[in-house]
Amino acid sequence: MPETVTLAVARYRPEAESEPSVQSYEVPFRKDWVVLDALNYIKDRLDGSLSFRWSCRMGVCGSCGMTVNGQPRLTCASFLSSEPPGPIRVEPLRYFPVVRDLVVDITDFMRKLKQVKPWIVRREEKPLAEGEYRQTPDQLDAFKQFSMCINCLLCYSACPIYGLEPSFIGPAAIALAQRYNQDSRDEGSAERLEILSHHDGMWQCTFVGECTKACPKHVDPAGAIQQYKLTSAAHWFKTLLPWGDR
Amino acid sequence: MDLFSCDVLVVGGGGAGLRAAIAVAEADPKLRVAVISKVYPMRSHTVSAEGGAAAVIKPGDSLDEHAYDTVSGGDWLCDQDAVEAFVREAPEEMLRLEHWGCPWNREPDGHVAVRPFGGMKVERTWFAADKTGFHMLHTLFQTSLKYEPVRRYDECFVTRLLVEEGRCQGVVAIELATGKVLAIAAGAVILCTGGCGKVFPFTTNANIKNGDGMALAYRAGAPLKDMEFVQYHPTGLPFTGILITEAARAEGGWLLNKDGYRYLQDYDLGKPEPKPVLRSMELGPRDRLSQAFVKEQEKGRTLEGPYGHYVHLDVRHLGEKVIDRKIPFVRELCLKYMNIDPVKEMIPVRPVVHYMMGGVSTDTLGATPLRGLYAAGEVACVSINGANRLGSNSLTECLVFGARAGKAAAAFAAERPTASPSLLAQAQDEQRRLEERFLRKTGGKERIATLRSDMHETIEASAGIYRTESALREAAGRLQGLQERYADVSLEDRSYTFNTELTAALELSFMLDVAQTIVHSALERRESRGSHQRRDHPRRDDEAFLKHSLARRGENGLPRIEYAPVTITRWPPGQRVYGR
Repeated sequence: MPETVTLAVARYRPEAESEPSVQSYEVPFRKDWVVLDALNYIKDRLDGSLSFRWSCRMGVCGSCGMTVNGQPRLTCASFLSSEPPGPIRVEPLRYFPVVRDLVVDITDFMRKLKQVKPWIVRREEKPLAEGEYRQTPDQLDAFKQFSMCINCLLCYSACPIYGLEPSFIGPAAIALAQRYNQDSRDEGSAERLEILSHHDGMWQCTFVGECTKACPKHVDPAGAIQQYKLTSAAHWFKTLLPWGDR
Repeated sequence: MDLFSCDVLVVGGGGAGLRAAIAVAEADPKLRVAVISKVYPMRSHTVSAEGGAAAVIKPGDSLDEHAYDTVSGGDWLCDQDAVEAFVREAPEEMLRLEHWGCPWNREPDGHVAVRPFGGMKVERTWFAADKTGFHMLHTLFQTSLKYEPVRRYDECFVTRLLVEEGRCQGVVAIELATGKVLAIAAGAVILCTGGCGKVFPFTTNANIKNGDGMALAYRAGAPLKDMEFVQYHPTGLPFTGILITEAARAEGGWLLNKDGYRYLQDYDLGKPEPKPVLRSMELGPRDRLSQAFVKEQEKGRTLEGPYGHYVHLDVRHLGEKVIDRKIPFVRELCLKYMNIDPVKEMIPVRPVVHYMMGGVSTDTLGATPLRGLYAAGEVACVSINGANRLGSNSLTECLVFGARAGKAAAAFAAERPTASPSLLAQAQDEQRRLEERFLRKTGGKERIATLRSDMHETIEASAGIYRTESALREAAGRLQGLQERYADVSLEDRSYTFNTELTAALELSFMLDVAQTIVHSALERRESRGSHQRRDHPRRDDEAFLKHSLARRGENGLPRIEYAPVTITRWPPGQRVYGR
């Protein structure tokens, strides 16, 4: 086992330079270290000026997504020992504007998330005094998978459509819309469909499934998009019929 | 400097903060409410809570049982009026979260399912697989998006509370993306910044848990209550501090020493049974389990690895099916972050700092003694956690007291207190301080990481699971030395754009203040109670110490410790008994 490994880290300091550059750091190679541990070693011992986000180091806060050797990954779940020999390339997530070093601007996603109304929509709220909404384990299973999204945005970074068409509402937001659509307590799917049908990006999705492959939580956004296309197509078809909805 | 104003400003966007913000929006839609957080709200540490949230809902359980488990678990240091309010409002708050879409686990008939948890006589823990905190946080965050009055300042780091005329009137913050300084005037401020686990070297807490809110309040003159009470979780992974949820033991996991022996039976925690028994053995309270580890280590019966001593948590006998159905997160964590499969291998664990019982002193409505300042969640000490928090009360506490603080702050802010004209000058002072001490400072030779690791060593050696007068005295001196060295900190990063070295420096300063309050409070409490175990004072002393400690910042910069009475309503102090 080698004693050290080189990290080739993308740097960008907008106050000092107009173009990104690459800086290499030599860090100890440890079997139980993930890429994030190596970045923290750099920050603490070698170069305090390197900026990146992280928090939980257990794959649930969604902060530490970066591009590792060309792939969108959570750096807290990427062992140094799993990477091929040679320098490990660490870059910011693709398709997002870079704020600084490995930190990207995610305000676009935050806006899109709100657009899909990711909350329970009811025509009439049930009073608390009447207790919980009944929901069987099977009904829970119908949306549970889509509720596991940690908003890490690896799926956007993997999505070729988002790369070409930044207005595309994107995999995670659609999966979260579907999370509520499939929830037996929710009555908002028609509203959400209305919103999503205005986004033509969804129709450009060729179901290559890069988003699902990149998802560290097995949310399967590609599956959600596919479900949505079918519902949406059926909805459109219905509107063409003389006895249709509208 | 950019100037903003709002009626209620919530600092922190985790479980308590989001619940508080929604409570304000619902209490009075005309109020301008804002959430300011150093991270995006869905990154908050609530996300990491695994096991569950307690609230009485099933027949056979009662509010009194929940209250009694809480009070006895807290070794009678809880304020019982607060506990009674807490258990009474807990079911409603949990139901509200159900109505907002939280994916709680269900019974076959569609009712919410509950499970047993350590220190409880009756099952009352609601859970969403073993990602309860994650689901609660995302439900709250996504629900908060539908409340138009809730404005957010994401990734803005609060450096100081603005206090004028004895009233908290806002904050100064740095917008991380630009480095711009913001002054936000507010009718009321609610601190919901969570705990301070990162003061310690081994902790389940995320990197962002630096006691920010505690230090902000302490510097502004509000007292910190019961800071000596630090809960260890008995089962963390040694290097990362990743928590292996109590659910692993509730489902039947065993703690084994190096000889494969269920050592808890030697520490008055009951007899080993093949099936889990509530309040017995592995389901005993967290503090007693952590203390048993230290004694086992002293007997030379623990194992030793690259990150120090550990024991084994064994769930292999449960089988792959039960593990995947009941505790899938445990398996996922072990595989992904340790390269261990708990279906086939034992999990190395050790006690790790998990939760701070102490915090900013509040009344049962979340109000601190500083007018206009409120606090809720782990940053606060109401106190329902006493000397040791009962498992699965903390998530519920975020909801109940987040909502209470939100309502109380809304009522206070509705009076529209006017901002003092001198507020701006104070904010400008703070901006100058940040520039001069960090960004334009010349000289200085101390590195943040060095001071931080010295602080870790100091606090672990003195205010860990067992404490003594001499170790605490020495630590008090060393921490003062670290404060002096901190003045000599030098940053390599002098830029304004997303300067995480600057925030790390500010966090270190918060932690040093918090560490001092922990050590000084522990030094003065010459008894053993709950999580606070003094080797030189091994017994609980109700005569002298059935009271809350209050740490205030003295003029010399050191904490001054005072005491306040404990509210006893219905449960006079008794013995904590487990395994019988």
